[in-house]
Amino acid sequence: MIVSMILILVLPLLFMGIITKTKAVWAGRKGATILQPFYTCAKLLGKTEVHSHSSSHIFRWAPSLALAATFVAALLVPFGAKSAVLGFRGDFFLFMSLLALAKAVMVLAAMDVGSSFEGMGASREISFTAFLEPAFLLIIGSLAYAGGFDTMGQLFYRHTVNIHNEWSVIIAVLTALALFIMLLVEGSRVPFDDPATHLELTMIHEVMVLDTSGVNLAFVHYTAALKVQIYASLISYFLIPEGMGGTMITAVFLLCSLALAVLAGLVESLMPRYRISRNLELVIIPLSIALLVLAALIVHNLGGI
Amino acid sequence: MDTNVLNKNPFLILKQPGLMEIADFYTAIRQLSALGYFPLFYFGTSGGELLCGMAKPELPLELLRTAFPDNRQYPSLSTDIPAFHIFERELYEEHGIEAVGHPWLKPLRYPAGAKAQMDDYPFFSSESSALHEVGVGPVHAGVIEPGHFRIICHGETVEHLEIQLGYQHRGVCKLLADGDIRTKMQLAEAIAGDTAIGHGLAYCMAVEALCGVQVSPAIQTVRSIALELERIGMHLADLSALAGDIAYLSGQNFFAALRTTVINSSLAICGSRFGKRWLKPGGVNYGISAEQNKVLRNTLKIAEEQIDNCTKALFADAGVLNRFDSTGSLSLKMVQELNMSGITAKACGYAVDARKDFPIREYADFQPLIQNSGDVYARAKLRNVEIKQSLEMIYFMLSTLPDTKAEDSTVLSAPGADIMAVSVVEGWRGRIVHVIKTAADGSTEQYKVYDPSLHNWFGLALAVRNEGISDFPLCNKSFDLSYCGADL
Repeated sequence: MIVSMILILVLPLLFMGIITKTKAVWAGRKGATILQPFYTCAKLLGKTEVHSHSSSHIFRWAPSLALAATFVAALLVPFGAKSAVLGFRGDFFLFMSLLALAKAVMVLAAMDVGSSFEGMGASREISFTAFLEPAFLLIIGSLAYAGGFDTMGQLFYRHTVNIHNEWSVIIAVLTALALFIMLLVEGSRVPFDDPATHLELTMIHEVMVLDTSGVNLAFVHYTAALKVQIYASLISYFLIPEGMGGTMITAVFLLCSLALAVLAGLVESLMPRYRISRNLELVIIPLSIALLVLAALIVHNLGGI
Repeated sequence: MDTNVLNKNPFLILKQPGLMEIADFYTAIRQLSALGYFPLFYFGTSGGELLCGMAKPELPLELLRTAFPDNRQYPSLSTDIPAFHIFERELYEEHGIEAVGHPWLKPLRYPAGAKAQMDDYPFFSSESSALHEVGVGPVHAGVIEPGHFRIICHGETVEHLEIQLGYQHRGVCKLLADGDIRTKMQLAEAIAGDTAIGHGLAYCMAVEALCGVQVSPAIQTVRSIALELERIGMHLADLSALAGDIAYLSGQNFFAALRTTVINSSLAICGSRFGKRWLKPGGVNYGISAEQNKVLRNTLKIAEEQIDNCTKALFADAGVLNRFDSTGSLSLKMVQELNMSGITAKACGYAVDARKDFPIREYADFQPLIQNSGDVYARAKLRNVEIKQSLEMIYFMLSTLPDTKAEDSTVLSAPGADIMAVSVVEGWRGRIVHVIKTAADGSTEQYKVYDPSLHNWFGLALAVRNEGISDFPLCNKSFDLSYCGADL
């Protein structure tokens, strides 16, 4: 449990540092150290905030609330241990509500500033959610259908890739793919968003926090990173077999996170961004994949084709 | 139209045509326009004259003069010749001469003696509750110049874009006309900092024509090499920035690195990566020695191979094509009617290029390259093929270039009195026109600068209509127009 808490605090920013480093290496540059996100957050935590005259108290407390909600959601996810820090049967409803709450307050805060940029970012961000939430529900449903209803942590922990069982491979690979796309969308990464761009009109996540500064900006950075890490953690558990020792779980988990960060960095290095108008077509992919997983399971349970 | 104009760029007008009746003046412009002439310049002088230069490739420049209309009003030319719309806006702003019936007679840049303030601009707006306005700038993210964009959107779709410039107005034309015309090189290079060679060369050519000087062929070749190097460097910078705007990391980094290789070649010759101080009226400050000639050729050969590889990768990437293809399209009719030039016009299939239309010695057999789709792809692809073309030209020029030194330049005598010179240069962005008119005592009466951006900005406004607002930055970058070049 202590291991999980430490990982929840440290791993997300490290994940971001590795993505940036991967991109730099690919571009032939030396790049900033992978610890740069920590330095950035430390610097921001020491800064005073600037508030726009047109913003209200919503803008001030939204980042803290989003951080709190996302943090509690992370506690429901296994982080390098056998089980999550918290957990109860059906906790995935809480998990999803917490992430939705975090998003809702950030969208409110973006609208609160009254900037046309931030309004646009909010509308783009919320349109993705409409397709990602059902996809996540379907994935949970499929896992529960396959392995019995339990806490979210257990659902992911229990399902391990077994290369001798094609159904297990199909479910794991497809679900991991859906989750990885969700990681890229929710984490505002290329090809759906570009965290490195300076062009306000093309941004999604970054433009929503244009007016945020100081401590709140540090919170926003950490929250965004934590959300990405949550998806990475869930994917990792497909490779962790049931019955593995505690230390081994942590090691495999760390390796998986590292690999996913490098993979996300490679995607950003190799792929241009999609047109925003085409983003929604592509955000539907996780939903389609999730449906495919469920269909596969049902076919399997009915005795195959 | 009895004009004493030399049929050669730079045009020297030793004896200006007589003042025409105002009605004849506009009839003549309309007749020339019907014959396929396009306006190179149209402005009012401090002496109360309207001057209009109409040009047609391979024909002498037609210069028309008239006095200001009595009540400072005349029926607008823009209604039937849209190319004049920007000139008439400038005329209205600078001299209060109103083109009656002009479709959109609003300020161009609010220069000194402004009639209104920058924060009181007559923007087009809509009362519809379904539309919203997005204002971008004048201060932008990233290191670019100031300019305000007002976008009327329907959801994510751009219905209308209005571009408000003028923030960079420095009174360049007035500064150029003030004092000895032969000492303005530094200022000319700063008209648009990214076109130091283009505007510098246009200035040099015009001043030399005024002073009755013709530089040696070797010096001319060095200048043309400088001009083409600037073109290659800026096209590479644009390809890098286009890749950056769509988050295509490889393109962004590799093209930027290649650009450095190319502009460092300028650095090695003249001590400035942007070619500043390379040229001077009467010649050059830095020649190209036999040794430098060899180094430059080798450097460019190596760069060419890498450019080929990078452009192949860029234009083979499905994701890149998806973003470039059919984004921000302009039609051939639009660019012709609105007198656009350069990449903007050539990407729509309009083969307008000062190197062919108003050739100087090096460009005897020059044929402009074009693309036909008029979208971001066409503008990017055109840059790619123009880089290749310019490289070939540089190789050829270097192979015939003797060892040249700054001492081969000519010393300029005082400019002639009461004459005019017009120079036209195809900068990397498009057609640059400089007009100098001297007074009876040989001082400069009027200096007029036209950067292609002045005409092309309107093209951007037309191109983004019905595009997604998130594609606006990409469209803007594909035009890559100059703010200070338009603001002057």
